[in-house]
Formats: sequence, structure tokens, C-alpha cells
Amino acid sequence: MNALELNRVCKQYDTFALDQVSFTLPRGYIMGFIGENGAGKTTTIKAILGLVHYEGDISVLGCPQEEITAVKEQVGVVLEEATFPELLNARDINSILSGVYKTWDAGRFTSLLQRFALEEKKRIKDYSRGMKMKLALAVALAHDSQLLILDEPTSGLDPVVREEVLDMLLEFIQNPNHSILISSHILSDLERICDYITFIHQGRILLSLPKEELNQTYGIYQGNEEALQRLPKGAILGLRRGQFGCQALVLREAAGNLSLEPAELEETMVLMIKGGK
Amino acid sequence: MKLSISSAAKAPIYQQIKEQIQAAILSGELQPGEALPSLRTLAKELRISVLTVTRAYTELEQEGFVANVQGKGCFVQGRENALLREQLLRRAESLLGEGAALARQAGLSSAEIHAMLTTLLQEEGV
Repeated sequence: MNALELNRVCKQYDTFALDQVSFTLPRGYIMGFIGENGAGKTTTIKAILGLVHYEGDISVLGCPQEEITAVKEQVGVVLEEATFPELLNARDINSILSGVYKTWDAGRFTSLLQRFALEEKKRIKDYSRGMKMKLALAVALAHDSQLLILDEPTSGLDPVVREEVLDMLLEFIQNPNHSILISSHILSDLERICDYITFIHQGRILLSLPKEELNQTYGIYQGNEEALQRLPKGAILGLRRGQFGCQALVLREAAGNLSLEPAELEETMVLMIKGGK
Repeated sequence: MKLSISSAAKAPIYQQIKEQIQAAILSGELQPGEALPSLRTLAKELRISVLTVTRAYTELEQEGFVANVQGKGCFVQGRENALLREQLLRRAESLLGEGAALARQAGLSSAEIHAMLTTLLQEEGV
């Protein structure tokens, strides 16, 4: 079963649109959902959670999105902007949410607070950004979550906290029934733990594939531009011209005997955005 | 067994893992019948993706270093087996490379070299 399936999801705003967003996250894996700020990551996540209206099909843990309440116990969510009421403390959150989630595990929540060094009695308004983030993650992990959906969880956090968050995610994924969708505008430390990469730009999915296949699918050509003109149409996905030659992102299967360098994720994305036609 | 990976190294991560496990098997540090760490454990310990480890293990299996037992994990194969196969592969690759270089010198195109190899394989009845 797939943890997430999006099929031609569209959402129209005045100045921005999600255009036929499709991708699939198989159960048991981590997907990095990557794109610049404003590319459509949060809108897509809101559609998955039913927080905005959309056209197209979404299924979450095998359940059509419209019936997501049936699987809400199994979905843990950390949104960038959503926080808890500032006047409450973590102990209040514990008792409130034990009435919301049937599978709420108060003991587990308390031990997560300890692990993250979060003071139970401190008001949330006195928490730092990193602490709020860790609190949200503790909440997402304190019920029977099978799927974690995290919107920019590590942005603005210091390196130590980022490491803690990554460790939690890696522990969570030890269970092969668990899956994670994690959105970010930066790659770095995230890239390494992601099994799948989905790249969104201006509301469109530019690529979605297992990370290990990136380099089998694409290659980087460096040299003079004439060599590229022999390639079939559609073989070149991005081109950057420089004074001493050009750099191009090329589909390997259409590249013939052109010599290509391995396509790293970051370079691939830059060429797709800056050199796209 | 110690494994360490470097982001600065040119070799992809799956290859670094594969080569280190190969070395551990060849040196006898990993004995035949011993189990490799589970996919998810190793991914967690090295902080890399599960599919990256899967790729390393799959290639080790294809090269005869380990055998995958469904639901149980990956087990180290007899050393001779893997070593022998590795040596054969290396020799085959180097001879084919030599042959290709000679054919190039003789002015054959890639397609002609391919055709030559196809004919050779047919003659052998493979």
C-alpha cells in the first residue's frame, strides 16, 4: 500500500496555481519534498490534509482524502506556521490531546518531552522556535502515527536541534510500515536520509523519483554547445551558457555517446530552474 | 565491522558501503554465514536513506558476496565463491576492454563492435 498518492492535483489562486501535481510515496520510506519558497509545497500539504479545496485525487494511507478522519490517528503533522496556544504549557497539551486522539500515549509524550529537554511547566510563549518545533514533533509521535507529514521542520533550527530531529525521524522509520513526507527548501542534511525526491517548481512537479535513480536518469554535460545540437529534442532539460562553454542537464537515455558527469541533486535542480526552457 | 562514509568522497554513498563490506568479507572480518545489519538499522546508524543501503546490498548480492534470504536478511557467502567470481569478472572486463580498444584502432564503429560481440556470443551458443 502507498502512504500517499496524489493524482493530478490542481489548485487555482489569483497569482499562483498548483498544476497537475502527482506523486506517490510508497509505505516504509522517506520522501523529500523540495522546492524554493513559494513553489507550492505548503499548498500541496494543505491539500493532502484537506485544509484547502482542490481538484484531483489524493489518497492517504490507502484512504481517499475526503475520508481522512478515518485515518487521522495514523497521520502525524507538523506545520510550519501552526503552533499551540501560547498561554498553555506542555502538560496542558498532554491532557487536551489525550481527549482528542484515541491512541494518545501520555507516557510516551512525557518521555519525548524529556528527551527533547522541553520543560513541561513552561508556557509555550516562552519556548524558542526550536523548542516549539520539537514540541510539535513530540505531539506527532505521541499517537499511533504511521505517516508523518512535516512542513519545513528543520528550517531556522540550529545544527544540534536539526540532528536531534533527524535522529527521531530515522528511529520512526525503523518500522517498515512507517512513512515520512518532509518538505524543505534546503537540501543538505535532509538529502542523505531521503529515499525519494520530489521537486516542485512554480506549482509543477519537475521530478519525482527514488534518489538512487537520479544519476541513472540524468547526467551533466560540460563542454561546447555544438555537441548538444545533435541530441534529439527533449534530451536537454536545462542549459547554462558561460564564457568557456556550457553546462547542460541531459537525459541519459537520449544522450547517445555524449560523455556525461554524474548528476548531483543540487546541480540538477539549479539547472532545471535556471536553465529550463 | 566498521563502516564510515564520506560526503566529500567522489564515490557515491552506496558504493562506499559496498566496497567496505566487500573488504570486510575478503579480509575475513565478516565470516561466511554471518548476517549483515538490517537495511533499516544500517540506514539509521549511517544516517542515510534505506534505498541507498538497499542498492549496496543488492549489488553485493549480484556479485555473489552475500545471499538475500527473504524475510531473514542478507548473509555472507563463502569467500571463495565471491572472490572467484570477482576475479573472473575483472578478467572478462579487462579482456573486453582490450578487444574494444583494438577494434577501435582498426576503425570499427560502436555498432560494428556490438555486432562482432553478438556474433561471438551466438557462435558460443549462449
